Amino acid sequence: MQKNIIIAGVGGQGILSIAAIIDWAALEMGLNIKQAEVHGMSQRGGAVQSHLRISDQEIFSDLIPLNGADIIISVEPMEALRYLPFLSKEGQVVTATDEFKNIGNYPHSEGLITEIKKIKNHVLVDIKTITCEIGNHKAGNILMLGASAPYLGIDVELLKRGIRTLFERKGEEIVNSNIKAFEKGMEISSAIKQ
Amino acid sequence: MSKQLLLGAEAVAQGAIDAGISGVYAYPGTPSTEITAYIQLSEEGKAGKIRSTWSANEKTAYEAALGMSYAGKRALVCMKHVGLNVAADAFINSAITGVNGGMVVTVADDPSMHSSQNEQDTRVYGKFAMVPVCEPANQQELYNSIFYAFNLSEEIKLPVIVRITTRLSHSRSGVQQVEKQTAQNELSPEVDGKKFVLLPGIARKRYDNLVNIQPNLENFSEKSPLNKLIEGGSNNVGVIAFGIAYNYTMEVREKYNLDFSVLKIGQYPLPRKMINDFFDANKQILIAEEGYPVYEELMRGYFNNNKIKGRLDNTLPRTGELDVDSIAKALGVELEESTAVPSIVAMRPPALCKGCGHQDVFQAMNMVLNETSKHVFSDIGCYTLGALPPYNAISSCVDMGASVTMAKGASDAGLRPAVAVIGDSTFTHSGITGLLDAVNDKSPLTLIISDNDTTAMTGGQDSSGTGKIGQICMGIGVEKEHIRMIVPLKNNLEENVKIMKEEFEYEGVSVIIANRECIQTAIKKRRVK
Ligand SMILES: Cc1ncc(C[n+]2csc(CCOP(=O)(O)OP(=O)(O)O)c2C)c(N)n1
Repeated sequence: MQKNIIIAGVGGQGILSIAAIIDWAALEMGLNIKQAEVHGMSQRGGAVQSHLRISDQEIFSDLIPLNGADIIISVEPMEALRYLPFLSKEGQVVTATDEFKNIGNYPHSEGLITEIKKIKNHVLVDIKTITCEIGNHKAGNILMLGASAPYLGIDVELLKRGIRTLFERKGEEIVNSNIKAFEKGMEISSAIKQ
Repeated sequence: MSKQLLLGAEAVAQGAIDAGISGVYAYPGTPSTEITAYIQLSEEGKAGKIRSTWSANEKTAYEAALGMSYAGKRALVCMKHVGLNVAADAFINSAITGVNGGMVVTVADDPSMHSSQNEQDTRVYGKFAMVPVCEPANQQELYNSIFYAFNLSEEIKLPVIVRITTRLSHSRSGVQQVEKQTAQNELSPEVDGKKFVLLPGIARKRYDNLVNIQPNLENFSEKSPLNKLIEGGSNNVGVIAFGIAYNYTMEVREKYNLDFSVLKIGQYPLPRKMINDFFDANKQILIAEEGYPVYEELMRGYFNNNKIKGRLDNTLPRTGELDVDSIAKALGVELEESTAVPSIVAMRPPALCKGCGHQDVFQAMNMVLNETSKHVFSDIGCYTLGALPPYNAISSCVDMGASVTMAKGASDAGLRPAVAVIGDSTFTHSGITGLLDAVNDKSPLTLIISDNDTTAMTGGQDSSGTGKIGQICMGIGVEKEHIRMIVPLKNNLEENVKIMKEEFEYEGVSVIIANRECIQTAIKKRRVK
C-alpha cells in the first residue's frame, strides 16, 4: 500500500490538521509516514502545501515526484491547480470552491472552475454552505478530509477516531460537529464516485 | 516506547534531550527554530533542567554554549545557515581551542531559499574550521546522530556540526527513541589552565593539534554509521549521494528498477578509502550534493576529471534543492511529461497580516518620503515584506542589523534624509552597535524601530529587548528629545506623519520607536483566554 497526498492551501488556513488526522490513522495501521511541511515566510498568507506519503514499504524521499501524487486535497480552488504537475494521470483532486482572495490579481471564479473541471477526477466542495448547515464554521478542513476519505485507502473508522483524538480537549460538541462535517464530506464524494 | 512522528528539527531536540544536554542556545531562524521551541516545551525545558531561553543573536548563543562546554557539560547550539556567519568568529576559534563537554552545532541550511537570503552550504564552514560534520539523511538517522555527535565531540574534544536542510528539518517521520536518557554531565571545568587562551604561542600549538588529528577524523568517517556502500550489479555509473540526496537517489533506484551502486555520505571529512574504492569500481561517477558542489569541485579537481558528473557540468541543476526527478534525469531516465500549472494560477507571495502595525509605519513613512527622493535602508523580519506592493517602502535587505549601518554610510555620503527601518528583535540582534557608531560619528539619520514586542517572522519568539528599546537607545547616547515614541494606528496617522517629518529633517541621530503588539501575538493571547 502506498499513497502520495498533497494538501494545499494558504498560510494560516490550517491544512496541517488534515495531515495530522491522516498521520494518526496511518500510524495506527502501522504504516510508514513522511510529511513535508512549509514553515517560515510563506505561512504569512502565502501558498503552502504539505507532501504526505504513507506506505507499508520504506519511504525514501520526503517530497513526492512529479506525476506521483494520488490525490490533491485543497482547501482553496486556485491552490488546487498550483500542484497539478505533481498529480498522476489517474489522480484525484478534491478541492473547496471557497476562494481566499488576498492578492490583487486573483483570477475570475469561472476560469478557475473551468480549469478544475478539465481534471479527469475531481470533487468540488462548497465549504461555507455546508459548515453553515452544520453550525461549525471552523470544520472546513475536516469536511475536506471527509470528501477525500474514499480515496485515501485508510479505514474510515480510524480517521474518525483520529478526529476524536484531535478535538477531544475541545469538548463533545466540537467533536460531534467535526464528525458530522467528515460524514457530510464523505457523502459528497461517495455520490460522485457512484 | 512506540515510534513518535517528529519533524527533523524535533528529532534533533529529542535527541539532544536524551543525550543529556544541560543547555540549548539559539537565536530563531527558519528552518532551525523548532529545535529550541521543542526543548522549551519539553518537560526538562519547562522544569529548568535544561536551560533553553532565546539568545540575543547567534554569536552570543554560540559563546554561551562554548562556555557551558568548557565547564564540562553538554551543550547544543542551533541556528540557520546565515546565523553561522554571525557566530563564525567564535566557531572557527572554538575549533582551535577545542571543547570540554560535548558541543554540537546544529546548522539548518535552506537550499532553494524558501525563507532565506541565500543558500550557503554549512559543509564549507566545517571544512574551513576542520571539524567533523554529520549530515544524516532521515529523521531517525538524525535523532541517532545527535547522540553520536555528542560522543564524538567528547572523544575528540572538538565541536561537531550536524548539518540539516529545510526538507529534513520540516518533514515529519516516525522516530524510535532510546529507552533511557543519558544523565547530564557533572560540572567539571577544564583543568588545563592555558589550553583555551589563544595567545599566539598557545594558538600555534592548538592549531598544530587540530591539523594533526585530521587523519584521525578521517578514520572516524571510515567507520561511521552515516557512511555506507549500497552495492549494485552494474558498474557503468555509481552515485555518491551526500546527505538527503541519498533519499532521492534510492527512490530513483527503486522506482525505475536500476541497479547502480550508491555510496552514501553522511559524515565528513570524507572517508578517503571508501571514496577511492568507489571510484575504482565504477566507470562513471554522479555526485549528488544537497547544496553547493563542494565535494564535486574537490574531486573533479582543477584539471576537470571527466569521469565525474554533477552540478558543475549541469548534469544536475547548478542551484536549488535536488529531488527525485532531477536525479532520475541525471541518470538518463526519460521522464514522463507532467501537467503544466494552468496559466490562470497567480503567484501568492507572503504578505503582511491584516491589522499589522508595520503597515501603519510604512503608510506614514511613505507619506513623508514621497515628497523627497526615497531610498530607505531596511532589514530582515516581517517588515521586509514592505518591499512589495502596495507599500514599495524599502530599498534594501542584506543581513541582520545592516539597515542602521548602511543608512549611516549613506548619510556620510550625503544622503538626506537617511532613513533605516528595523524590527525590535533585529535591533537587539545586531543593530545596537551600528547605532552607537552613528551616535559617535554624529551621522544624521533616523532609525525607525518597528517594535511589535516579538520576533514575528519566525513565529513569535520572545524578543530580547522587549520593554527596553528606548532605554537602550538612550544608554548609547541618542538624545532624549530625539527618541520619539509613536503608536502605529490608523487614528494616529496624522500625528505620526508629523513626527516622522520632524525627525527626518533633524541633522543628527534620531530614533522613532513605533510600538504596537504583533497582531498574531494578540490573536494567540485571545485564544488562550
Ligand atoms: C543571522 C540571521 N539570523 C536569523 C535570521 C532569521 N530571521 C529573519 S527575520 C528574523 C526576526 C525578525 O524579528 P524582528 O526584527 O523583531 O521583526 P518582525 O519579524 O517581528 O517584524 C529572524 C530571526 C536571519 N535572517 N539571519
